Amino acid sequence: MNELIRLLAYMLGIAAFLGLNLAYLGWVERKGAGHFQRRTGPKEVGPYGLLQPLADGLKLMSKQLVVPTNADRPLYMCAPILIMVPSVLLFVAIPFGEHLVPREFNFGLIMMFAFASMAGLSILIGGWGSGNKYSLIAGTRAVSQNVAYEIPMLITAINIVLITGSLDLNEIVRQQGSYIWNWNVFRLDKSILMPVSFLVFFICSLAETNRTPFDLGECEGELVAGYHTEYGGMGFGLFMMAEYANLVIGCSLTTVLFLGGWQCPFGLFPGPHWFLLKMYFLIWCFVWIRWTYPRTTFWGLLNLSWKYLIPFSLVNLLLTALFIKVF
Amino acid sequence: MSSLAQSQLRETFELNIGPQHPATHGVLRIKVVMDGEYIVRAEPILGYIHRMHEKMGENRTWNQFWPNMGRLDYLSAIAYNHCYACLVERAMGIEVPERAEYIRVITAELNRIQSHLLGFGAYIMDLGGFTPLMYAMDEREQILDLLESVTGSRLTYCYFRFGGVYNDIDDDFITGTRAFIKRFRPQIPMYHKLVTGNVILMDRLNGVGPISADLCRKYGATGPVLRGSGVNFDVRRNEPYGVYPELDFDIPVYHECDSMARYMVRMDEMVQSCRIIENALNKLPEGPVMAEKVPKALKPPKGDFHFAVEAARGTFSMRTVSDGTNTSYRMRLRSPTYSNVSLFEEASRGMLLSDALAFLGSLDPVIPEMDR
Repeated sequence: MNELIRLLAYMLGIAAFLGLNLAYLGWVERKGAGHFQRRTGPKEVGPYGLLQPLADGLKLMSKQLVVPTNADRPLYMCAPILIMVPSVLLFVAIPFGEHLVPREFNFGLIMMFAFASMAGLSILIGGWGSGNKYSLIAGTRAVSQNVAYEIPMLITAINIVLITGSLDLNEIVRQQGSYIWNWNVFRLDKSILMPVSFLVFFICSLAETNRTPFDLGECEGELVAGYHTEYGGMGFGLFMMAEYANLVIGCSLTTVLFLGGWQCPFGLFPGPHWFLLKMYFLIWCFVWIRWTYPRTTFWGLLNLSWKYLIPFSLVNLLLTALFIKVF
Repeated sequence: MSSLAQSQLRETFELNIGPQHPATHGVLRIKVVMDGEYIVRAEPILGYIHRMHEKMGENRTWNQFWPNMGRLDYLSAIAYNHCYACLVERAMGIEVPERAEYIRVITAELNRIQSHLLGFGAYIMDLGGFTPLMYAMDEREQILDLLESVTGSRLTYCYFRFGGVYNDIDDDFITGTRAFIKRFRPQIPMYHKLVTGNVILMDRLNGVGPISADLCRKYGATGPVLRGSGVNFDVRRNEPYGVYPELDFDIPVYHECDSMARYMVRMDEMVQSCRIIENALNKLPEGPVMAEKVPKALKPPKGDFHFAVEAARGTFSMRTVSDGTNTSYRMRLRSPTYSNVSLFEEASRGMLLSDALAFLGSLDPVIPEMDR
């Protein structure tokens, strides 16, 4: 019975956390973009435009659902749901604090990667089901992009697994001690290339979440709006929210694997607040990058992965294994 | 068999880019035959906002045709004003006061900076960077405010008259222009730091969309497109008009022939325009801004007249055949981006879709001017 109440509480907690994040990350992004661009961003609806997400949500929900004639109806309808569900599920395994984990899995990392890779599939379904050539091109792009960037991401994550000897996310955090030099990103005693692995992982999570400069799936300069060209109303809204959900997941995972999760950088009061601080800092970096850089080309993107990131992460993995064996 | 012919045998599909598409800056439609992400053939289809400007020039009196000059290239309308004014002045033999000539050059160059700024911002937005557009808009807004104070309009200027300009510039305009240039000069190195030096942008522009000087000649491309291909041709230098011969400026020429070269020509032209404006402001003489005794009902003598100016996107020239009445017998407008875009079909063969659109953006098309 206690377990049931606990799960219910976590479910509600995750729903609230997710809902707030999905709504207000959009606001953060727009406000951030505004200030980067010598303008104010949203400011009309509520103080500092804080009610803007509600207004947007209401507008999107009140829109008519239009299914294009050429669309494959079932695929078209289920793609936005398919992209949202795995992102929500993933919050089950994230350790927000030492005792604040909805469900401790001893294979949490595997689960993260398994569900995260479903995003590529749902983008393809959306692109194919729309019956639009632009969407189809975007869908195929998104799949090859996701495949290309999942490989270096996984290989880099294996480094961490080798170091900690565990797939449990909470255990990985626990092993990174309570001082900043114990975080995986600075653990030079395990592998001298650790900071670079962090960078690789960060770049890969940029690409996995389809953010600029790697948003080839929705580049408006070429493909209108990419895979969600034909979606309006809440279908579009779900794609947008899934993007932010994936952003939160990606940044949480980076925090957990490299930045010591809920650990404090100087050994004082570890807890969820440190986790959130680190996560939001990473999200802010994502926003910052988005409004500074132009977009790469598709081939530039694939080249970066196959020619640089994958060979590098393979070498890195070997080095780490060697380090662990020798020392 | 060439790789192009091989790809034509493979399975291809057609893609309609436009008439409503974010990359075409208006109602340009490009019919593309694609092989995967490679372009087999791309055919620009024009005419979606054809408004018969040439015909209008033939059935309206000379003065009635003025407003049309602001509606061809809405981004550098003053250069078009300049061309029409000089054309009719040449036909009628009207002498323009010195001060009016300087004012014409100052406003035309301000307009050129404004046009290049928007071209720069919109181009980077095509490539996925949204922020530079807002920076460019901020600068552009100040130019629009300055021009509004003398011309009365912000976009479709109708400021010049036969024999001068209709409104003299005041001290506010002069100090405002000087202040703008002082503020704008350091912005350009900032743009280069933010945008041009970016490794992603260099990767996207260097070597993309090569156009040889021969190809430019074949299609009559002019302006930054031609100067980015290493040909030093600028009407302001080669067939000088107005007071340009008395002013100091350089013509930026790049020999790389790629999108980066065309982009850099535009950036450097903004610096040169600043130089021209400062120079002209220093030399600005006193005096009237309208010639005396310009007849209300113009009837140019019989003959065939031609005039060309350097607009922001290339050579704009007008040719008119007058039969001695109050309307033109034949009016012909040669607009620069019509020629610039016509080389797109030949140059884009075998390109990737994203490269082709980066290339199209570097031609900086303005659709109303192309369709006329």
